[in-house]
Amino acid sequence: MIKILFFASLREQLGVAQIEFDLASPASIDEIKSKLIEKGDVWKKAFSRPLLVAVNQEIVEQDTLVSPSSEIAFFPPVTGG
Amino acid sequence: MDIFINITTDDFDVGQEYQKLIDANHQDGAAVFFVGRVRADDSSKPVQRLELEHYPAMTKKALMQIAEKAGERWSVNQVRIWHRVGEIHLGEQIVFVGVSSRHRQSAFESAQFIMDYLKVEAPFWKKEYTADGEKWVEQADKDIKASQNWAVESPE
Repeated sequence: MIKILFFASLREQLGVAQIEFDLASPASIDEIKSKLIEKGDVWKKAFSRPLLVAVNQEIVEQDTLVSPSSEIAFFPPVTGG
Repeated sequence: MDIFINITTDDFDVGQEYQKLIDANHQDGAAVFFVGRVRADDSSKPVQRLELEHYPAMTKKALMQIAEKAGERWSVNQVRIWHRVGEIHLGEQIVFVGVSSRHRQSAFESAQFIMDYLKVEAPFWKKEYTADGEKWVEQADKDIKASQNWAVESPE
């Protein structure tokens, strides 16, 4: 199972902070995004804007492969400081 | 190089953080620090307060990596970063970035570098509350440009 976290306005848009996802074999972030978009219009809309993605707490590119026990986080461009 | 990172709802005391930066640090002749605060914008319904959200498992790690990157480029001996989260009111402090080094050029440049990268890489998100309601702050183009200014040109 992979854990997928959503933060800030993305979390509000989706109405969920965290989901678990069954991943039989390593998949790319892009592939996981496609599966999430299948969940419905809200998901499709949410993922249609620029988002950052972190795997195991490090920002990565969208073609990164994710292994089945990873923690993934999707979030809007950051605004700290 | 020593790096201290604090992520908390508590406010920081600039004097105390500066003191910790310079304590027992006699090889360094320079200390530079930056403080970021909640400011009033120019709109008719100004900001009353912010809510600062973060990704708890990642924030300290991300700030550590940014500080380490600074340490690779400049000779700095101490870095202290204090970033508040949660509810922060107009005029209040949000972030402290302090650096000490032997000479001032490293201190000035690395402090700016750390802030510029914090703005585009550290997982914090600000939500503004005004009389009109609430709104998520959007990342500014100038912040993206600022971080790109530090990009090292690779030899051809």
